[in-house]
Amino acid sequence: MNLIINIIIGGLISGSTFALLAIGFSLIFGVARIVNFAHTAFYMLAAYCIYVAAQLMGLHPIWGMLAAIVLVALLGMISYKALINPIREHEGAVLIATIALAMIFQEVMSLIFTGTYLSVPALIGGYFKLLGVKVFYQQLLTFCAALLVMVVLWVLLMKTKLGLAIRSTAQDREVANLMGINEARVAMMTMGLSVGLAAFTGAIVVPLTVLEPQMWGGPLVMMMAVVVLGGLGSIKGSFIAAYILGFAEALVVFLAPMGAYLKGSVALSIMILVLLIRPEGLFGVYFEEER
Amino acid sequence: MRLIFFYLGKLFTIIKNEVLVLPSRVAVGLFFLFMLLLPLFTKDIYLLRIFTLTSIFAIFAASWDLLSGFTGQMNFGHALFFGVGAYGAALLNLHASIPPWASVPLGALCAVLAGLIIGIPCLRLRGTYLALTTLAFPIILTGLIFAFPSFTGGELGISGIVRLTQSRVGDYYTVAVLMLGLCTVMWKITDSNIGIIFHAIREDEVAVRASGVNTTRYKLLAFSLSGFFAGISGGLYAHFMRIAGPSTLDLFLSFSVVIYAIFGGVVTIYGPVGAVFVLFPLLEFLRVVQNYRTLMFAVVVLLILLYMPDGLFAWLRDKIEKECPRCKIRNIATRHTCRVCTAPLD
Repeated sequence: MNLIINIIIGGLISGSTFALLAIGFSLIFGVARIVNFAHTAFYMLAAYCIYVAAQLMGLHPIWGMLAAIVLVALLGMISYKALINPIREHEGAVLIATIALAMIFQEVMSLIFTGTYLSVPALIGGYFKLLGVKVFYQQLLTFCAALLVMVVLWVLLMKTKLGLAIRSTAQDREVANLMGINEARVAMMTMGLSVGLAAFTGAIVVPLTVLEPQMWGGPLVMMMAVVVLGGLGSIKGSFIAAYILGFAEALVVFLAPMGAYLKGSVALSIMILVLLIRPEGLFGVYFEEER
Repeated sequence: MRLIFFYLGKLFTIIKNEVLVLPSRVAVGLFFLFMLLLPLFTKDIYLLRIFTLTSIFAIFAASWDLLSGFTGQMNFGHALFFGVGAYGAALLNLHASIPPWASVPLGALCAVLAGLIIGIPCLRLRGTYLALTTLAFPIILTGLIFAFPSFTGGELGISGIVRLTQSRVGDYYTVAVLMLGLCTVMWKITDSNIGIIFHAIREDEVAVRASGVNTTRYKLLAFSLSGFFAGISGGLYAHFMRIAGPSTLDLFLSFSVVIYAIFGGVVTIYGPVGAVFVLFPLLEFLRVVQNYRTLMFAVVVLLILLYMPDGLFAWLRDKIEKECPRCKIRNIATRHTCRVCTAPLD
């Protein structure tokens, strides 16, 4: 019984993390066709922001969270404008530019904070017992905050004018432009939104993990797997795929021998098996290639 | 005797009329000479080591270009081939005590097998889906390596492999000659009919299929050819470093090969090779400022891409050469008329 609850908690937490990351990644891919390898590097930056605010400046972590989201979203928009926008027609160059950006963030962080493992206190301490298993309030908070943000995002995308603009640009950039949507501005706003989501994820997850400059590599791969499994550009797909892979990871960690090493392998193998049956992912639309 | 003179004369004419007229061809010739003559001028172990590693990675980067540049099948997990080649050669050498001259090609055949295995599911995917899926394979293999440490050495890797040759100069020559040879072979492949089909698959796969070409077969061929060359570079790396560890499957290695290729200019073969010869020694010499090394590397890559998004060598070549508008033959930029059809170049 304990095991089951542990698996459920682990699956829900990592599933929500992946879902938030993957939705942000999907958004900017859909609107601007940018494969942003630096997405999880922004998540890492946000985590460090909170560390600075909470541990070094002694502020309440909540201020750190707010500052992290605003600062990182701004940084994302600036780097989009300065580095990615000028080379957007060259697909390969954009790929490398984002990889280089991620490397730069990692190196700057390891220069400032060195490579040591750091940690951040939980927003709310303490725990309660659920059928004999310790459930930390921070875990509950992370999960609820992730769900709340996903609902807010859904409302933003479906009910507001900005959301309509984002969705129509994702569907067809040229037609959206003809309808009077400022495509460049929408792409910029989406970049801010997407990076802001990454920052938020970093902010709510950091009390549960350790901080190090290389912490963006693992989530990056899982996020990619989620996005591919769910179907590129499909937010519903990302959401469901995130929980599938999150639970797969948790199951492997708790049940299989050597599970901690194999968790990535198993989750990625599930992705490949699904792709064998449905090459467009679970909820993706099958594009006949763009010519 | 007259026959020899005849052929010498012919060689001279070819050099004069085909090589010396274009600066890019002269540069390639000088590069060959430089690689072959380097140990005559310096016996510095450190320098030779850098150039040996550079050559190994040059093969690796060119093999990525053969697959992803030419057929457009974006492979973000190219380290898989490198790692399989390295582990294959190391295991064969250690357990079956096969000498390097056989274990490297056999390791490369393992990489071809890996290429076929990942090629078959990946054939149904395209574009970004393919790029993100291929990213997964080296990570799956890394997980397996960590999970079965008794066979694979786990985190420490497999050590105690036989050296490539007995001396550093020998190592250097083996790798350098192989690099020059294999890159020429790759360039020849891309210049042949197969290469034209690869080009066409990238440009418009539907049209190629409509012209009666079995694109699936050609894509698999690209996967296995690229896997073979990358596997050779992996095997050479294992024998040169005398260790095959999980770092050969690293995410960063997959990324860096893409960086090399796009930095130098894709769909050229010479671009990635040149880029490795610029970036890899640069990364070595930046060791003076150890802490800032990767940072400066990334900044250099980013800045160069901002100004030359088509790649460094494609940009350079466009600066020193012009294409004749009528007969599409390349000319040195200083000419005013085409060297073949005398059409005015603008």
